[in-house]
Amino acid sequence: MNKKRLFNPIILLAVSIITFVIIAAMMFTGVIDEYNGQLLTLAGIYIIISLSLNLITGFTGQLVLGMAGFMSVGAYTTAICIMRLNIPIFFALIIGGLVTSIFGIMIGFPTLRLRGDYLAVTTLGFGEIIRVIMINLGGLTGGASGLKKIPVFYDTDDFILYEVIRFGWVFGFLILTIVVVSNLIKSSPGRAIISIREDEIASNSMGINVAYYKMLSFTVASFLAGIGGGLYAIFSGYLNPTTFGFMYSVNFVVIVVLGGLGSITGTIISGIAFTFIQECLRVFEDFRLVIFGLALIIIMLFWPRGLMSMKEFSIVTFAKKAIAGEYSVKKIIEKCSVRIQAWKKKREVK
Amino acid sequence: MKEVAQQLINGLSLGSVYALIALGYTMVYGIVKLINFAHGDILMVGAYSGYYVLNTFGVSPLTMVIAFGVSMVVCAVLGIIIEKTCYKPLRNSPKITALITAIGVSIVIENGARVLPFMGPNPRQFPTFKSVSRVYGGVSISNVQFLVFGVTFFLMVALYYIVNHTKMGKAMRAVSYDMKAALLMGINANRVISFTFALGAVLAAAAGVLFASSYPSIDPLMGFMPGLKAFVAAVLGGIGSIPGAVVGGLILGVAETLTKGFISSQLADAVSFGILILILVIKPTGILGKNTREKV
Repeated sequence: MNKKRLFNPIILLAVSIITFVIIAAMMFTGVIDEYNGQLLTLAGIYIIISLSLNLITGFTGQLVLGMAGFMSVGAYTTAICIMRLNIPIFFALIIGGLVTSIFGIMIGFPTLRLRGDYLAVTTLGFGEIIRVIMINLGGLTGGASGLKKIPVFYDTDDFILYEVIRFGWVFGFLILTIVVVSNLIKSSPGRAIISIREDEIASNSMGINVAYYKMLSFTVASFLAGIGGGLYAIFSGYLNPTTFGFMYSVNFVVIVVLGGLGSITGTIISGIAFTFIQECLRVFEDFRLVIFGLALIIIMLFWPRGLMSMKEFSIVTFAKKAIAGEYSVKKIIEKCSVRIQAWKKKREVK
Repeated sequence: MKEVAQQLINGLSLGSVYALIALGYTMVYGIVKLINFAHGDILMVGAYSGYYVLNTFGVSPLTMVIAFGVSMVVCAVLGIIIEKTCYKPLRNSPKITALITAIGVSIVIENGARVLPFMGPNPRQFPTFKSVSRVYGGVSISNVQFLVFGVTFFLMVALYYIVNHTKMGKAMRAVSYDMKAALLMGINANRVISFTFALGAVLAAAAGVLFASSYPSIDPLMGFMPGLKAFVAAVLGGIGSIPGAVVGGLILGVAETLTKGFISSQLADAVSFGILILILVIKPTGILGKNTREKV
């Protein structure tokens, strides 16, 4: 038991460090150019926010259409903390997350009474209200003209080095987010949260404190979204309230649904795919969004449960099996032959 | 006091347009439990259809009637096509899937209109009656506002008649009450659903022409904001309830113009959404929504 507890984080740490080193090396050598590196970082930020949305929508079953509102609170708080109060970036991000989670609790309260579409439209309203407030708090947020000159992660003249450092920040927080969400889901409160999604009344009658666990999910999710927003603020260096409109929130819902509601792996895959496909479609110029919309409809028609539905892919399990030799050539051939024999038998029966 | 009355009239005129759009949302929701996000874009298509008619034949009461007719037919057909191709295959999948599809449809219509050579991304001037205002006891009402009130009133009476006094209306009510039971009673649910989409689209088309007449500038994205507001109005009144949509639309329109007139035009959106949240927290199913208890 103890060995397992030590073993899993080590594998995770090793895998994430290796991934980071590979990507950093690719950035230094120019395999990933500046443009794609920037996209990758942006995808990381989108995944953080989509994961937090997945925690609310995919695991707790509450549809939220105001994620951009959470994100903007985090973004503005972090930016203002850094610019006005000279707080180090890391603590500014944490403060951004904490302030956002206060908003999360505020939005969480109506969810105790509202259901389904009513909740969705309430969160939509909250997002819009936050946006209007940001525009009208001109002294603090720069108002409609936006907040400019947000400091960078690290002051350097070397573009590539900065690119790697920026990616490192986002990647680090992404790994933390994945760990927080997946551990929360596997823990006892996480099971309670999932039971609320499956049937609120039944879980209530089984003695689960529905109100408490809903609020827990909202608080954690808004904290993560706030950190994502803070990273976005430093990433882009410029904030404007019009960015965080309704369609921006829809992006995150699309990422979560495309990946599969209730699948962390799915969100990660579709977050990367979403960011890059949107950029790839720029070739089509004016037709870009038409094709994007059509793709959305077609994917939903033929793949209504998303890419991964509710399945997960665990790196730790995969690595363990690989170490134990499950993926050696011999084993794979064995497995294939077993499958083929089973298939032949099936045909004979027919 | 006069100014308040003036703003009330303006608010009611805006609110009745919202109400017309909200009716489409609420009827569709009542039957298939789907938030049809493309509804605002149907309004845009309606406005453009009206624009082409009025541009070709000039503005007169007769061409106005033709414009209404043409845009209603175009939108009804569009509504049925959208329903048959995009929503029907998803009737049994999770709600959120249908929601994403609806957003996809909305993106396609908005941006499709932007790339179509005869529509294009640039705003256009909508040809309409020359504005003539009459003053009644210090409150001025323009002819366009009279048109808005008249058409809205007529359409609502017609809708009331269709829903409550025709066979199709009875079938609509039956399907929205219990689709399975309605199917067992021999009601062709597919036809009823298509009819509902067409009816909603007809109302949106009329709302589009009216909206474009009141604010005479049209562009492919014009449907987004009224659509969102009308959706809020539908939820405010209790989504699925037809009188609720009317009440919600009027409240939202009046609240918006009063805020614009007396507080700040920037805060108008915040106030309307604030009202929504307040009412939903007090009464979770909207003003006239039915409070269905979930049974175990």
